[in-house]
Amino acid sequence: MSTDPRFGGPGPDEVWRTALDEGRFLLQHCRTCHACRFPPAMVCGACGSSDLEWKEASGSGKVYSATTVRERDNSYNVSLIDLAEGARMMSSVGGVAPDEVRIGMEVRARIVREPEAIVLFEPKEGGAW
Amino acid sequence: MVSHPLRGRAAIAGIGNTKRWNAPGRTPFDQMQEAAILALEDCGIGLKDVDGLFCAISSSGLPVLNAAERLGVSVRHADGTMVGGASFLFHLQNAVSALDHGLCDVALVCYGSNQLSAGGRLVSMPDPQPYEAPYRPRYPISSYALAAARHMHDYGTTRENLADVAVAARAWANLNPDAFARGPLTRDEILSSRMVSDPITRADCCLVTDGGAALVLTRADRARDLAKPPIYVLGTGTAISHRQIAAMPDLTTTAAVESGRRAYDMAGVGPSGIDHVMVYDAFTVTTLLFLEDLGFCSKGEGGAFVSSGAIAPGGALPVNTNGGGLSCNHPGMYGLFTIIEAVEQLRGDCGERQVPGAEVALAHANGGVLSSQATAILGTAATI
Repeated sequence: MSTDPRFGGPGPDEVWRTALDEGRFLLQHCRTCHACRFPPAMVCGACGSSDLEWKEASGSGKVYSATTVRERDNSYNVSLIDLAEGARMMSSVGGVAPDEVRIGMEVRARIVREPEAIVLFEPKEGGAW
Repeated sequence: MVSHPLRGRAAIAGIGNTKRWNAPGRTPFDQMQEAAILALEDCGIGLKDVDGLFCAISSSGLPVLNAAERLGVSVRHADGTMVGGASFLFHLQNAVSALDHGLCDVALVCYGSNQLSAGGRLVSMPDPQPYEAPYRPRYPISSYALAAARHMHDYGTTRENLADVAVAARAWANLNPDAFARGPLTRDEILSSRMVSDPITRADCCLVTDGGAALVLTRADRARDLAKPPIYVLGTGTAISHRQIAAMPDLTTTAAVESGRRAYDMAGVGPSGIDHVMVYDAFTVTTLLFLEDLGFCSKGEGGAFVSSGAIAPGGALPVNTNGGGLSCNHPGMYGLFTIIEAVEQLRGDCGERQVPGAEVALAHANGGVLSSQATAILGTAATI
């Protein structure tokens, strides 16, 4: 076998999923330009380097945009969260009515099992609304 | 200024449009074949002369193979690029280049869909998004809703502004006997329509229809000897920015800025030189975004521009004169129909909705969730 050892082991999606199942929310950081990358990939989206490392997310973020999905008997929030590390992810903000989620709201991540582990957000205590 | 080597080198010689917006008993390939036949008859070229085939279809992963077999064409150059509803303008750019380099002599770009009669829902290519799926966004509506919400936040755009896009589209459709949705439509009806994903209501969304369309392109010299006046491809530009909406850098500015700049540069014109505009209106907000990004108004002023009546019949800038995806047709990947209407306008064949003296048209298509952008600038013989 002559595979490239830099890309050995489980792929980035698998690393992320395995960690989340263990209760850890990980993000990739570029060792070259220090940009944060999410969703996981093999290269840095900012500079193209393939030298990425995993670090635990702070869990802090801010709502970049928000929508309320309306179903016949149910409404729920879908938001884009700008993470403190610099990446953006789709998620949902709970603990507040879906149409009260505001752009700019400060939020904090929590991992919920339903039953598969997912990252959800809720308004940060004392955060700016 | 030295003109771009591809400017005006190829022309659209024939167009085909089945106008079968609700046609039970027809497959997407039936629609595609009929459109191809119509386009070839339009210019007087035979099927056996087609040697370049360009197609995309929502329900098939191998559209070129399926289309080539059914049409019985002998293909030496093909492109099945699939970037959503903008695919056909990517095909157009590749066809122009392939024709110019002699890789093919007759390029057929074609599309078909039975989305409405097969079930009435948007058919998307299987393309799982594991980082979105757990949050259950309505695909693709919620992605566009997130862009609209951010545009409203940043620029004060209102739901009334968005509604006025749909009102203008309907007013144009009422001048087009071939539009699927005709009849009066008011701002209040749109505002009171059922909310789907805030701030997008059902009336902010494009239609769901069947349909088929096709183009035949040749090099400019050959096109001059065919049945219809050639419509020259003056410029094209394409750009891709993301797949998932979370990966779009700024939800209020699309990659149409880049595709538009490339097309304007190739054509040697700017927004003020465009007589007729077609922009892919999958949702009311996309019309605003593309009018801004293509330079027809400043960033953030799309709402005020539309609400001034500028894009409706009688306004300063004729936009989406067939009625658009909102009121004419939307078979799922509408992009090709922006070209069809631009060609008809430049030929002067549009009857009541004709833009008087139109010599230069811009057609812009979008794919995915504001993901792929493609712009084409077309002109009459007077522009060559």
